[in-house]
Amino acid sequence: MVWFRKPKYTIVTPQAKRAKIPDGLWIRCNDCGELIFKKEWENNLKVCPKCNYHFQLRAKERLEITVDEGTFEEDNKSLAPIDFLKFIDKKPYKERIIENQEKAQLNDAVITGCGYIEKIKTAIAVLDFNFMGGSMGSVMGEKITRLIEKATDLKIPLLIVSSSGGARMQEGIISLFQMSKTVAALELHNKAKLLFISLLTHPTTGGVTASFASIGDIIIAEAKTLIGFAGPRVIEQTIKEKLPYKFQQSEFLLEHGLIDMVVNRKNVKNVLGRFLHFFC
Amino acid sequence: MAIVGSLDFEKPIEEIEDKIAELSKLTQEREIDFSQEIKKLEVKAQEMKKEVFSNLTPWQKVLMARHTGRPSTMDYIRMIFKDFIELCGDRLFKEDKAIVGGIAELDDYKVFIIGHRKGKDTKSNLEYNFGMPHPEGYRKAIRLANLAEKFSKPIITFIDTPGAYPGVGAEERGQGEAIARTLQVFSKIQVPIIVVIIGEGGSGGALAIGIGNRILMLEHAVYSVISPEGCAAILWNDPSKTIEAAKNLSLTANDLVRLKVIDEIIKEPVGGAHRSPEEASCLVKDSIISCLKELQEIPISELALERYQKLRKIGKYLE
Ligand SMILES: [Zn+2]
Repeated sequence: MVWFRKPKYTIVTPQAKRAKIPDGLWIRCNDCGELIFKKEWENNLKVCPKCNYHFQLRAKERLEITVDEGTFEEDNKSLAPIDFLKFIDKKPYKERIIENQEKAQLNDAVITGCGYIEKIKTAIAVLDFNFMGGSMGSVMGEKITRLIEKATDLKIPLLIVSSSGGARMQEGIISLFQMSKTVAALELHNKAKLLFISLLTHPTTGGVTASFASIGDIIIAEAKTLIGFAGPRVIEQTIKEKLPYKFQQSEFLLEHGLIDMVVNRKNVKNVLGRFLHFFC
Repeated sequence: MAIVGSLDFEKPIEEIEDKIAELSKLTQEREIDFSQEIKKLEVKAQEMKKEVFSNLTPWQKVLMARHTGRPSTMDYIRMIFKDFIELCGDRLFKEDKAIVGGIAELDDYKVFIIGHRKGKDTKSNLEYNFGMPHPEGYRKAIRLANLAEKFSKPIITFIDTPGAYPGVGAEERGQGEAIARTLQVFSKIQVPIIVVIIGEGGSGGALAIGIGNRILMLEHAVYSVISPEGCAAILWNDPSKTIEAAKNLSLTANDLVRLKVIDEIIKEPVGGAHRSPEEASCLVKDSIISCLKELQEIPISELALERYQKLRKIGKYLE
């Protein structure tokens, strides 16, 4: 639903710079543009050691660094999208689905299941931006709703790690209604006095921001994360002004009272554990 | 008879209507009898209206839904309800005029009304921000929904917005949170909620006040995950693909019945609600009242569950 831009700072022409990167050993930071030794970057959980930019993680990688080893059991893995509107933009949605499934090695943009975080059993959903920009269609809406219902049944806490461009336009109005479906399920979990932690990662916008991501009992954002309802480009076009510095960054949301804390990736698991142990 | 902001496909009809008016005037002024001709033209105009308006393309529906002459939330409040008292403010930041709320009577029912408010001209549109709410509008809706629940009064919402406002202040004050929280509150409120999509149902900004036990939609209204313009810009990178986007999005009342997202289409007078607002309002009123009667039969403690079960079914996927 919303698009966003990545800041690009180029000193030398990208072509020339790219040519200088020895294959596979170095990567370039999306934010500061510095070259990072790939090993160092991986050891640092894909956070730029120079500027603290948090690179996107795949859902699988997120689970690896969040859930106690060997405890995650995935649910509803087989749920897959269908092109029920026969939506064709530049490409048929049907083709986009297959392409993204091959690219992301996932059926859709979310993994759900139960696992232990610092020894506490938790229902966990992780969105994967790599699959059609983490957009929410029927599959994401249904998998998240089923997960919430399971958490309510089992009386366990819930963690949703968001990263999404918003509702999936190719599923039209049905994708819009996944917002109300997931939120209504959350309300039943809430009514049962169970904990919901929302972890916002880069970027979280549109229909995901306007539904489950924004109503966690606790909301945590990773550092340097873009979070908003409308994308910066849309806002700029509407108000015809340059946006303020750090607008819609996690630190900006903290300042405006919209989230509880900004956390560096290496501390996320510890922070989650402390909340789970306090509340559960 | 020409209506302000008339659309291209309405023009041939208006030409005939103008001719009828001219002949009637001549009949009076010169005492020449044109009644035969007038009758013929009237039949022709009626046939033409039926022909044109029963075959509108999705994009034409979008134009109809946005028609400036189309009855707005304020018009329906005036025509359907009596003793409306407006209630203002979110008690937190400010009064947002893009959403109107209040109490009124509908026959024997005492009800709450919450709806998007669009203007009819530039001045009023600026005042109401073109029906695009800020977070405080949604927070007012939450306040009123809670008040309705406290006094066990049904809520009727009217949807007509291009979307929630995309601006700096809206983001600073948590537009996403405000919409999400409204959805949460409307999912749990223990009173009947009836949603009527009267014009433009634009994305999350519309959906926020769109959870209901019954969702009704006017024949020429639209309801979409994104505007066709926005969709064309993002998916095609080409604003000229707007019409194609409208077609792909499945945003008409017929589409929404087929997709089981809405419960009922409210027929509009031939030629659209803007051609006979009074008649349109009677049809809307009848539908609301029959829903209220139905919902009265459901125990109040089961209403939220009923809404959840309706939402729960929405989604299409391979298992
Ligand atoms: Zn960096």
